[in-house]
Amino acid sequence: MDRMPPWADAVLVPLFSLVLAAILSALVILAIGESPTQAFWLMVDGALMRSAGWGYTLYYATNFIFTGLCVAVAFHARMFNIGGEGQAMIGGLGVALACLFIPFPHWIIALLFVTVAAGVFGAAWALIPAYLQATRGSHIVITTIMFNFIAAAVLNYFLVNLLRPPGSMDPATANFPEATHLPTFQEMFSTAETTLFRGSPANVTFFLAIAACVVVWYLIWRTRLGYEIRAFGHSETAARYAGISPVRITVVSMLISGALAGMMALNTTMGEAERLVMNATEGAGFIGIAVALMGRSHPVGVFLAALLFGFLYQGGAELALWTDIPRELIVVIQALVILFTGALDNMVRMPLEKIFLSLRRKEA
Amino acid sequence: MTDTPAIELKGISKAFGPVQANKDISIRVMPGTIHGIIGENGAGKSTLMSILYGFYKADKGEIFIRGKKTEIPDSQAAIAAGIGMVFQHFKLVQNFTVLENVILGAEDGALLRPSLAKARDVLKHLADEYELQVAPEALIENLSVGHQQRVEILKALYREADILILDEPTGVLTPAEADHLFRILDNLRKEGKTIILITHKLREIMEITDTVSVMRRGEMTATVNTSETDPAQLAELMVGRKVLLRVDKKPAEPKQVVLEVENLRRTDSKGVERLKGISLHVRAGEILGIAGVAGNGQSELLEVLGGYADATGSIRINGEEIDLTGKHSDGQSRRARGIAHVPEDRQHEGLIMPFGAWENLVFGYHHDPEYQSGMLMDNAGIREEAAGKMERFDVRPPNPALAARNFSGGNQQKLVLAREIERNPDLLLVGQPTRGVDIGAIEFIHQRILQLRDAGKAILLVSVELDEILSMSDRIAVMFDGQIMGERLPEETDQAELGLLMAGVTEQTDKPAIDAINEQLEAKLAREEARNG
Repeated sequence: MDRMPPWADAVLVPLFSLVLAAILSALVILAIGESPTQAFWLMVDGALMRSAGWGYTLYYATNFIFTGLCVAVAFHARMFNIGGEGQAMIGGLGVALACLFIPFPHWIIALLFVTVAAGVFGAAWALIPAYLQATRGSHIVITTIMFNFIAAAVLNYFLVNLLRPPGSMDPATANFPEATHLPTFQEMFSTAETTLFRGSPANVTFFLAIAACVVVWYLIWRTRLGYEIRAFGHSETAARYAGISPVRITVVSMLISGALAGMMALNTTMGEAERLVMNATEGAGFIGIAVALMGRSHPVGVFLAALLFGFLYQGGAELALWTDIPRELIVVIQALVILFTGALDNMVRMPLEKIFLSLRRKEA
Repeated sequence: MTDTPAIELKGISKAFGPVQANKDISIRVMPGTIHGIIGENGAGKSTLMSILYGFYKADKGEIFIRGKKTEIPDSQAAIAAGIGMVFQHFKLVQNFTVLENVILGAEDGALLRPSLAKARDVLKHLADEYELQVAPEALIENLSVGHQQRVEILKALYREADILILDEPTGVLTPAEADHLFRILDNLRKEGKTIILITHKLREIMEITDTVSVMRRGEMTATVNTSETDPAQLAELMVGRKVLLRVDKKPAEPKQVVLEVENLRRTDSKGVERLKGISLHVRAGEILGIAGVAGNGQSELLEVLGGYADATGSIRINGEEIDLTGKHSDGQSRRARGIAHVPEDRQHEGLIMPFGAWENLVFGYHHDPEYQSGMLMDNAGIREEAAGKMERFDVRPPNPALAARNFSGGNQQKLVLAREIERNPDLLLVGQPTRGVDIGAIEFIHQRILQLRDAGKAILLVSVELDEILSMSDRIAVMFDGQIMGERLPEETDQAELGLLMAGVTEQTDKPAIDAINEQLEAKLAREEARNG
């Protein structure tokens, strides 16, 4: 017997978690002598009330969709890929190398090709932990965490020693050629009379992220590979019985996961900075874990959760700009949301399950 | 004997969410008797006993111990009230000695020596009185399952329990061990102890109990004196309709050899040799039953045949050698050879519990081109086919979208059978087909397996239920410690002989043990006569 109707599991639990996080955040803001309601409206105003705000919110959301999908796909095979951050960094390296060294005639061709490059680089970075997990039993959580540090060091080496333009003091690549410039929302949606999304970094990659959601949904629920990934994730012994190779599923699902993380770099590196910088990932790889948890590893959930975290990022930046609330506190608020929606899931779920059970008993 | 019952339950009810596990249950058990509680899986037997032992709190109802109303909020209170429980899965510390396990939780002080000395005395006394011999200094991990169970009983008696509850005690025992257990229980009864025996085996109820209660769907459907009932009536009370207890089958018509196994050896990841040179064959149109106590290599044999464990030796299917260790040895390659497999553990192997029935009904065969549509799975087609399979195998409720975990044990097993049998395999491997399955479904499952045999297919049946082996098989091979101890024909053997083979005793090696068993059998007969006369 299912304990709760599916809609309650998908909607009510995250909603309650969110409300709890909001209440606690409000208390924190009260404690430092600021007004929670004012802070909330500032966040809404800055992130959602103007098209430029939306431009930033969607830009951040694009990152979180990719990294959220990355974690979600691995989750379906019951693996905890903490390495989205490192895979995105190496994906960024792939983006930079392709953009700098291949003379693309047009941005559409560039986007197609660079997407592949980003995916291949990200997947390659996930391959080693995946292979070690599959054949040696080295725990994927440990290896992917370590690979994040290695990725940062590799990136550092490439930027400082190999890709930095002569004479520059900045550990970053040269600017990408003009032909690889991706259309921003401002360029796509503004008309002669009105400028929309002014100055905001949201770009065409957002639509690629939505396409990735659709593709992942088909992959997980409609293809044979997805069937095997889910079966393996639910029961490894059953997978063996059915002749599904644990090694193959572990490696393949991590490759897909790593490729999705790598594609996040399209947004930050090719779409926004147009050059590769040191901290291009901005921690999005870790936020992806919270996004996948909150989104129940379902592409629709991941999309919505990514929007929420995009709002928190952009709203948080606005708060730092317009109030005396220190930047660190904004991180605290974001952390509270992650804590409640991700880590403390059961705290909300169990009381809700009890309520539903007692309701059902009354009916019966 | 007095008129005060040792234990009396009045109107016990307990619900888990929407499920009413126990509904208004009342029992009276007189001191010095053995009371059986019988019922299908999920009938609420274990819940009732958990209430009695303080694991659950009843929603309603009262418990009287020796005529006194008693609250049992936890297991400490149960022990204080003189109730001892022997669980199906033993709660013993493997690397402690017998003595250490017995005093665990009942130490007299901070220093162990006085408690151990006292326990040693008590154990010696108990051993003499009830035939409960166990070496006090032996480590649990070195004891056989039967001896471990004795330690559990000793633990309860050491805590001065005079009401003993045993939950499915014979599930893991050889027939000889079970027989010894019943002798112990008989001795305990003579000393005035009260025993509640929970089981789903009708034979045990008939053999040892004085009174029996039947549970069905959380309700107590009847309480009768064992001498005034018979297995058929009990089965009917358990299921709610007439049940065929005997398997009705035609004589087998064996044809060509389908499966041929020679000198099969398997060493597990810990370096323990699980299969020590197994050789056997199965012909088309016959059922080869593998009898044995759980853990003697039967699971490994199925795993190797099913393609998910390495081995050395040779396996031939329809005369063709199959790869045992290479890259092409997996469940897929076995299925391609016409081997279908109903695994022993349907919940962890045979089914993906959160998947819908329809998704489970192609599990293992999901590579079949008929289930593909371009790059995607043909989900609409799979659903449609699933509905048909569920109807033909009488799976209830007939809802393909329902997750496997929401079906009862019997219906889960029917899902697996439907999937494997409808592939029309040359060889069907079946492990524990009726474990945890209600009596009503057992009949159906047996019929389906026999139908497949009569259609000229080879069947390898592994079961720890001797009754099932004896009634289903056309030939019986007994496994012990990774070896085949011998083959028998069902009509030329009996429980006693198979039981000896299951314990590793063959006529050449162990004449005294055979005599001992014969003595036990005679004693049992004498006991039954005494009771009837």
